Amino acid sequence: MGCGVTKTSEFNRKFDKDGNVIPAMKAAVLIQRWYRQYAARMEVRRRYTWNIFQSMEYADLQDQIKLYNFLGYLMDNFTPSSTERNLISHIFRENEVCRDAEWERYFSYNNITVPDIYSGPRLTFPLDMDQAAHLVEAFKNKQQLHSRYVLQLLLETWKLLRVLPNINRVSTCHSKEITICGDLHGQLEDLLLIFYKNGMPSLEKPYVFNGDYVDRGKDSIEILLILFAFLLVFPGDVYLNRGNHEDHIINLRYGFTKEVLNKYKLHGKRILKLLQKIFSWLPLVTVIDQRVLIVHGGISDTTDLALIARVDRHRYVSALRPPKKKTPSRTNVYADSERYDEMIICKNRRGSLTFPKPFGARESFQRRSLQDFSSTVARTLGEEFEVRRRQAEFSLSSFSKSHRILSSALSSDSEPESSEFTDTGNDEWKQILDLLWSDPMSHDGCIPNEVRGGGCYWGPDVTEGFLNRHNLQLIIRSHECKQDGYEFCHNRKVLTLFSASNYYEVGSNRGAFVRLGPDLVPYFVQYQATSMTRGLSFPQNVKRTEHTALKVLREQLFVHKSDLLSAFQEIDKENTGLICLNDWASAIERVLHLDLPWRVLHPQLVSSTTDGKLDYHGWFRDLALKKPSSEHIEQTMLETLYRHRSTLETIFRIVDTDNSGLITFEDFRQTLKLLSAYLKMEISDEVINELVISTDTNNDGSIDIDEFMEAFRLVDKSRLERGKSLLKLMQDNQSLPQETESPQTVYSTAPQTSQCPASQPADPPVSNTTDSACSQTANPPASQTGSLTEDCPASQTEDLCHISVVVPPQ
Amino acid sequence: MADKYSADTIITETQKRISNAFDVFDHESNKTVDVREIGTIIRSLGCFPSEADLHDIIAELEEEEPTGFVRYEKFLPTMTKILLERKFRPITEDLLLQAFEVLDQQKKGHLEPEELTKYLTQEGEPFTQEEMDEMLSAAVDPDKNVILYKDFFH
Repeated sequence: MGCGVTKTSEFNRKFDKDGNVIPAMKAAVLIQRWYRQYAARMEVRRRYTWNIFQSMEYADLQDQIKLYNFLGYLMDNFTPSSTERNLISHIFRENEVCRDAEWERYFSYNNITVPDIYSGPRLTFPLDMDQAAHLVEAFKNKQQLHSRYVLQLLLETWKLLRVLPNINRVSTCHSKEITICGDLHGQLEDLLLIFYKNGMPSLEKPYVFNGDYVDRGKDSIEILLILFAFLLVFPGDVYLNRGNHEDHIINLRYGFTKEVLNKYKLHGKRILKLLQKIFSWLPLVTVIDQRVLIVHGGISDTTDLALIARVDRHRYVSALRPPKKKTPSRTNVYADSERYDEMIICKNRRGSLTFPKPFGARESFQRRSLQDFSSTVARTLGEEFEVRRRQAEFSLSSFSKSHRILSSALSSDSEPESSEFTDTGNDEWKQILDLLWSDPMSHDGCIPNEVRGGGCYWGPDVTEGFLNRHNLQLIIRSHECKQDGYEFCHNRKVLTLFSASNYYEVGSNRGAFVRLGPDLVPYFVQYQATSMTRGLSFPQNVKRTEHTALKVLREQLFVHKSDLLSAFQEIDKENTGLICLNDWASAIERVLHLDLPWRVLHPQLVSSTTDGKLDYHGWFRDLALKKPSSEHIEQTMLETLYRHRSTLETIFRIVDTDNSGLITFEDFRQTLKLLSAYLKMEISDEVINELVISTDTNNDGSIDIDEFMEAFRLVDKSRLERGKSLLKLMQDNQSLPQETESPQTVYSTAPQTSQCPASQPADPPVSNTTDSACSQTANPPASQTGSLTEDCPASQTEDLCHISVVVPPQ
Repeated sequence: MADKYSADTIITETQKRISNAFDVFDHESNKTVDVREIGTIIRSLGCFPSEADLHDIIAELEEEEPTGFVRYEKFLPTMTKILLERKFRPITEDLLLQAFEVLDQQKKGHLEPEELTKYLTQEGEPFTQEEMDEMLSAAVDPDKNVILYKDFFH
């Protein structure tokens, strides 16, 4: 930013608006001023696009946690005869009753025959390097490993992991450079790209993988199989850390469960069960040369590596299910609830995954309490009081208390272990949550991470203290997407590393990995997986990503139409149909609970105003989402179900305890009743029946979860008119720099046959996605240079659109 | 009854805009932004300051002991004044076109990347290499490898 000025021969001539010659220096200044303005506007768009994706991601995560809170809450309030209770107890039942040997029988693969026609890899154990490389190649060619080999590989992995310590210790002796990778999230093309650029793991090339291998992307199982294969071949040179997504309950919502069940219809259930165990046995952290700590989330002010080294990590199966507490004796719980009050610790609510209580300084993210959901339903004073009382009781240990109650009431065999005090159990659990869920913040201190609902935010002073205490010099962590694939903070003492490129959208971010030699100076390599992004300039990337974010946002606005309409009408008392922008923004803030800069966004969301006022009925029409064609079901109801479809699907998958992908009518009914209780919104029996009838395409009295959820898919109408409109838009949108279209979207009830390619809608990042990898937008915004963004080459995988994996040569 | 054009309303609307723009860059949600983002924020509100202008504004906004951060309480009045006084108005398209034509000394109707680079990194308030690269990637026609500056304007 200099004010340096070069003298030119015309330096002293004033310029004239009527067209006299402008000196070159002045011309340069004008152009620079203009361009910097343009670049600033691009930057702002990039930022708020990021904000949109992140806040929706976190909002969805909070949904998940609230759901679990809710289910736990239900358990607290059952009368023994309630049918709902049967359902929930069914779900939460501890079935960890077998010894390991019995589990090995359950997971046995010996009776699975592999047909001759199978052309994929046939593994023989012990694995060797060639087989591992062959596996990578097979997956690159879109082959699928047979379930027999999957189970076998996973069993071997499980056996190995059980003897590994909680803390991996690695050294860079013999001038070996260690390569470290961050989140992969099922994006196989990124892993392939890393191997291409850096070489596959070997004795000379050790790797550390820092968690979050699964969910969101569509090749999570392939990534796991590759990583486990290399772990088995090079156990001294491949290190795996656990991430917060290595958690079967999280997987229910974020796509991994669905992926496995779809790919392995017969044996998926067992595979998932085995993975559940494997995840719990993944090591927690890795330390290099006793100087560098690698952990998925981060630390807190109480993180103690000595304690971490001692925990029984496999007892902590899921962040959303605290470990079973041992009770000294089992009594009739309903008569004896006062007893448990003494065992309720935790005045300290920090790290409480079960009760995201509003703490601390991050006021910008809307705090949502357990019941704070459907604001349209009024509560009576009595109910209100009841709710608050419950919330007050609803602490960390009360969740586990109900868990305990449940397990003892069911008289399941508990493992014969010595009774521990709840203190230790909770303490250990918090330590692990902190490791896997925390995020750094820029100011000092340590506060609970209520955005994620678990772990904490830790400041530079905590980093300093931690590094000094443990004699370390650097923390490498992942867990957060970064635009350039990596980012330092805390005075370069903390490095965030993220290896899933194009995470939110094609072009949204690069991925990165890092190499550390004996000098422990990090060397970074950045990349972006698809060929689509090569040759796209920064503005083009911004526009494309923004386009998707706005589409997602418009969908959110539309599905909250009823609530928004009420809010608008409340302001527009004279029913003019008009509302000023300020009120529009405030109403949206109130209804949507998304902390976004609505006034900055409004030009993108509102196409026209008259006299500074918006015709909101017209605006809703412009958003133009068509509802499913079911006249008998009330519009508001459908809107609600659509809005909560992720939650609905999650509940379905929980209910589907045998992971068959099918649930009975009765369970379906129960699910909707649960949902209605959760939302405090009436879902009548007629509605439920209507839904059941309209979706039972199997006609066999059971409902296919996937088919049901298909009914809620959003379809981009332009997908249907793909051919011409793409080109036409390219020609129409030549002007710099605004993009003007607001795509019409159409909502369909029928499952879509896969037509494809370039206009596959980008499913909102929050939904359960196996197709999140394909997010080519239908109307790629044109650049001012007129360079065409190319069509998505249609390489189809099952019923998915898929941007073909091109590993660009370096 | 408030007329929507009343001075108060305008001020409030303006301040809400400023607040929103500020929030986009307030990463810690503590009503401060990095001083290096001030230029971006001001420009995002529609102003076209020069680097020299920004230099002065920032000097006004910083604390006596510069912390590297600017607080909202200081930013708001300064920015409100800038917007209400309509300072740093946009450059008209005609003027911009003329500016490009000045650089195009041979009157070719387009500019070579090297030409533009020379001017913009050496004259006026020079671009950094990064800024220059970004502008070129957005402005250069990939087929002809020149900057068809006339196409930027209607």
